[in-house]
Amino acid sequence: MPSRFTLTTAILLVLAGTAARADTIRIGVNEPLTGAFAASGTYVVNGARIAADEINAKGGVLGKKLELVIEDNKSNPTEAAAVAEKLITSDKTPVMMGAWGSSLTLAVMPKLAEYEVPMLVETSSSGKITTSGNPYVFRISPPSALEAETFAPTVAKLGLKKVDFLVLNNDFGRGAAADFGKMLKEKGVTVGLVETMDQGAQDMSAQLAKLKASDSDTIMITSAVDQLVLLFKQMSAIGLKKRVITTGGSQNPDQIIAQAGSAAEGTMHLTTFLPWLPEKTPDPKATEGFISEWKKRGFQFAGVTESFRGYDGIRAIAQAIEKAGSAEPASITKAFWSVDFTGLNGPIRFAKSGPAGKESGQSKPDVYLIEIKDGRVAVPTL
Amino acid sequence: MDQLIQHLVNTLILGGTYALLGIGLTLIFGIMNVVNFTHGALYTVGAYVMYLAVAALGLNFFLALPVAILGGLLLGAAIELLLLRPFRGSDIDTTMLVMIGAGIVLQSGTLWIFGGVAKAIPSPFPEAPLQLGPVSVSWLRLFVLGAALALIVVTYALINRTKLGLAMRAAFQDADTAALMGVNVRLVYTATFALGSSLAAAAGALLGPVYVVFPQMGGLAELKAFAIVILGGLGNLKGAAIGGFILALAEELGAGYVSSGYRDAMGFLIIIAVLLYKPTGLFAKAERIG
Repeated sequence: MPSRFTLTTAILLVLAGTAARADTIRIGVNEPLTGAFAASGTYVVNGARIAADEINAKGGVLGKKLELVIEDNKSNPTEAAAVAEKLITSDKTPVMMGAWGSSLTLAVMPKLAEYEVPMLVETSSSGKITTSGNPYVFRISPPSALEAETFAPTVAKLGLKKVDFLVLNNDFGRGAAADFGKMLKEKGVTVGLVETMDQGAQDMSAQLAKLKASDSDTIMITSAVDQLVLLFKQMSAIGLKKRVITTGGSQNPDQIIAQAGSAAEGTMHLTTFLPWLPEKTPDPKATEGFISEWKKRGFQFAGVTESFRGYDGIRAIAQAIEKAGSAEPASITKAFWSVDFTGLNGPIRFAKSGPAGKESGQSKPDVYLIEIKDGRVAVPTL
Repeated sequence: MDQLIQHLVNTLILGGTYALLGIGLTLIFGIMNVVNFTHGALYTVGAYVMYLAVAALGLNFFLALPVAILGGLLLGAAIELLLLRPFRGSDIDTTMLVMIGAGIVLQSGTLWIFGGVAKAIPSPFPEAPLQLGPVSVSWLRLFVLGAALALIVVTYALINRTKLGLAMRAAFQDADTAALMGVNVRLVYTATFALGSSLAAAAGALLGPVYVVFPQMGGLAELKAFAIVILGGLGNLKGAAIGGFILALAEELGAGYVSSGYRDAMGFLIIIAVLLYKPTGLFAKAERIG
């Protein structure tokens, strides 16, 4: 779209003059606020706001206030890349957080390399993100291989024999199916069907009819909360009763309970945060503080399993800026390697991942298995 | 075998609302020669009116449905009066651009008012499905099918059995002659657009509770409506009704037996085939409009 490009460039040139202000440190936030992942992206942004307000209340970073520049990537990879370009060139953000989905993040990554600006990845779980040799990527969410590894000891306890997959037809879903499939095969579990669905799809009855007819005992599902609600309702509508385990940590179990009702009963979910049992989280005091602030702002409790990522992401970025001693992309990139604190779901410190010389940073958070039982979230005893 | 039966039942349920979407679009094109790019947005608006009525105002589910349909009717009439009537007589490109603009305004409007996060509409039907041997169907979906079929029959009767329908058919055949015979063609146009819009809103209001409601929901629905209309032949009501079921069948069987990743592509593969071998649509020879 050459005409659109020139228009964007023109607008950028006009804005560039007004954008660079020195009294605040700007952090770009690239999240899906509309489209298929709107609910999740909005939660992450609200969590990020809490972190920024908290840090600013304590005097900010390097004596300056943090300013979040929040842009909507419309759940669309093309838009995500355009948003990154806008944040870097027009808003002059020296560091960014984003972009929720794996395909969205992967679309942004070439821009990071092009402009040499670092980005903290708060949600995406495709393995490719930290193995493709992009030294500007620092991820605090678990890649699906790490999720699979954490889940591995549970496979025998649950007595899984044959597992089908129903995953999003994108990097997030297909990556999860590949990583979990590999782990299950190593454990001697048969992997049956791998069915996919479009991220915007609302009717999955055809896929579910196929899964119903299969002889597997368990279906592993990778998608975000809105689609999961639809899936559970449609499963119950066609009488599909198999063990369900979801991956990816974007399930918002409370929203599932509220919207899918009894259709969600008995489903199991791999999450990366335990807000139901703050005392069992790595930093109980911080968890309780975050949850009470979240509630004080009038947000639904269901959102915290998603919003804590934005909260921890901004806290990690703030520490990187602090350690860098200046709000410059190059020094922040370097300082990310020395970030070290306890986040709401485990230690945040980055280990090297990917090809030597161009490593990305990968933190190793906790992963939990929870179950929806009697309309409540429970930690299954196995 | 059980799987095939389940697919066929799913087809019936899905096909009903697809047919509704297609009929609304083909009606407007057939009579007014307007390509209605607000169709998807009207579908979205229907779903949001349903959401407002049921979830926000606490209205009875079955009362909310006619409210949503009425909402679509009024909005459609307003669009016709404000945006289409002033451009009557100008070429099809002009009205097409106006309609594209109106569609964007409506979609952005719902985003602005309701936000991007999806909303769920509670339904009064039991969650446990109806069990028919190996096949299960949800009560809500059965109701949706019944309501869609009822609306199709009412539309058909309206066009074939009423004076307004007669005027619509006359205006379709030759607007000038119809005007000379005393038909108020301007009123016919407004009524046609309102009727087509109300059918889109009805489809949205019926499917809203089945799925979730969000501002972009109309995009895919509109694409499918266009697919159905091309499949059935432009301006052909019966063609659109049958086209809706054919599209649903293609999607179900395509996803069930070929590849679920290409589910939404199946319908468009059929359209390419139709355009290659029968460019006027599958049912072009049949009498159009009614």
